[in-house]
Amino acid sequence: MKLFTHNMLTSKMIKNVKVGYPLKLHAAEVKVTPSEFRSTYVSRMLPKIDWGVLYEATQSIGQAEAIPQSLADDYEKNEDFLRKAHHALFEIEVINGEMICPETGRKFPIKDGIPNMLVNEDEVN
Amino acid sequence: MHLTLKLLARTGLRSLIIPKMGCQSRASTYLFWFSNEHSNFRLAELEALFQYFQFDRAILDKRKTNGPFILMDFPDESGPKKLMSRTVLAHSCYELWASGDLLEDLHESMKQNLDLVEPFVNDSFQVRVDTYGKTIQHSEKLPLIETFEYMPLEGKVDLKTPELSLHLIQFYGIDPNRIPEKPYHQYFGRWLVDGQRKLVSKINLKERKFIGNTSMDPLLSLLMANLALVKPNDIVLDPFVGTGSLLVAAALMDAYVVGNDIDYLMLHAKTSSSRARQKKRASDESVRANLRQYGVEDRYLDVVVADTSRPMWKHDFRFDAIITDPPYGIREPTERIGTHRQPAGFKIKEEHLALHIPSKISYTLQDIFSDLLNYSARSLQIGGRVVLWMPISRTEYDQNKLPRNPALALVSNCEQTLTSTASRRLLVYEKIKEPTESCITELDGSALMYRFKFFEVDPASPRKTRKEKSVLEFGRSSKRGQQQPS
Repeated sequence: MKLFTHNMLTSKMIKNVKVGYPLKLHAAEVKVTPSEFRSTYVSRMLPKIDWGVLYEATQSIGQAEAIPQSLADDYEKNEDFLRKAHHALFEIEVINGEMICPETGRKFPIKDGIPNMLVNEDEVN
Repeated sequence: MHLTLKLLARTGLRSLIIPKMGCQSRASTYLFWFSNEHSNFRLAELEALFQYFQFDRAILDKRKTNGPFILMDFPDESGPKKLMSRTVLAHSCYELWASGDLLEDLHESMKQNLDLVEPFVNDSFQVRVDTYGKTIQHSEKLPLIETFEYMPLEGKVDLKTPELSLHLIQFYGIDPNRIPEKPYHQYFGRWLVDGQRKLVSKINLKERKFIGNTSMDPLLSLLMANLALVKPNDIVLDPFVGTGSLLVAAALMDAYVVGNDIDYLMLHAKTSSSRARQKKRASDESVRANLRQYGVEDRYLDVVVADTSRPMWKHDFRFDAIITDPPYGIREPTERIGTHRQPAGFKIKEEHLALHIPSKISYTLQDIFSDLLNYSARSLQIGGRVVLWMPISRTEYDQNKLPRNPALALVSNCEQTLTSTASRRLLVYEKIKEPTESCITELDGSALMYRFKFFEVDPASPRKTRKEKSVLEFGRSSKRGQQQPS
């Protein structure tokens, strides 16, 4: 699972959960898969990303050096920054680990790179 | 066999040639030759591509259709080339130089237009005869080719990689039972470019790494990506991803793809294999492996095991397109998380939690489609499209029974027949505004095709009349006999 996906996922499907975001991330196995960098794509994607959540995620899985804490103001022209953002969003992958709902503590396992967001029948309305 | 065109009238005709015109800037008629499959999707694909490339709609409205051919006037060849860079239904495109019902008429009009030849005079070339509706022998083609001897061409004949490829295309009608002696109409022109049919064979299911029982036909999956106006760097979602056959198509159109599915075993490729004589799946099968196979792994974002009926993505995230083939409950079950057995408020015991597999209840077709459109209305960009298949009972179908949502406009609706009573419709909706709280999908479920209806035969035609009908229609079911779109 890429950190981009983590940035988009919530646990709102659980009964009585209001926001369910961001999910805490724990990683048992992390892999970095290089992929093609496209500056236009990354700069188009950044407004959709919660940078603080991405930064927290990199910290929590031992990739603290990946990106700076705050979003650069001039990111559209700053290729060095965009490359770092690309690396954090699309190249760092959690192979095994779990995500944790911030409100209920419910754990969502990540296995072989695929997160399992299914909840049990007693947890939904 | 070596074909040589004797250029008899070379010197005489040179003087007729009008001063050089840039062939790029010339307005011309272009002939698009469509393949026979899925002829009722042609217009939908053309409309989508016209919107995608922002072409003048009047060009499409003024088109002429003749059997598998559609003729359109473009200001230059860049438009047709762009169309052909995406279409999967048209297999080739020609700049039309002359046409006529009789070969003499065609030559007459060609002789008026010899200036068209000017930019290619010194190119290596070939002349070919292509037919539709009748197969003719090579020996019959040679005399036809020789009638073009007057063309002022000075280049070498090259049958393998000519710079100029000229085609005489003869149209013998669409009825395989009444093939005429002479063609109804003939076209002559310069081959411009082929369409994307090669992609269809590239992603064939036979050689694909990871497939399931209901993997989408490659051609239809590419068509869906076209109808969804998928463009480079888009983010495309399939909420019923399965083995990712629709994501393959979107990724080949250079979009980034993400999917989810309720079937844990499927996404982890732990289900039994869908291939004949193969019991187990290979350990490295996955949606990602499919993209890797076609060299587009960089377009893979993720797949997630999740129940589409429950909100899961961040509410303010907007997708560029949603393409999906929801389960119909015939070959794949329609399920969501839930239970009927337990009273409200029950809890799964602590000691069972670690190994508990959530129980599933039936997810009715009506709910699937209502939820899907509600979700699309919320999570698409304005102008973004959702493309989906909906199983329909042909006897109950009425356009007014299709789902409606105030935030979505139905832009295309094509039928693919499955049985005499069942079909599926490829529906395309475009998001026209942000939905309000009251924007809820309305859907009359009576037109949906349910499992019990699918296996029902048409009550209006008992066995005897069906038999008589099949005698009458003998041969018409052949591909060549398909109706052209109106």
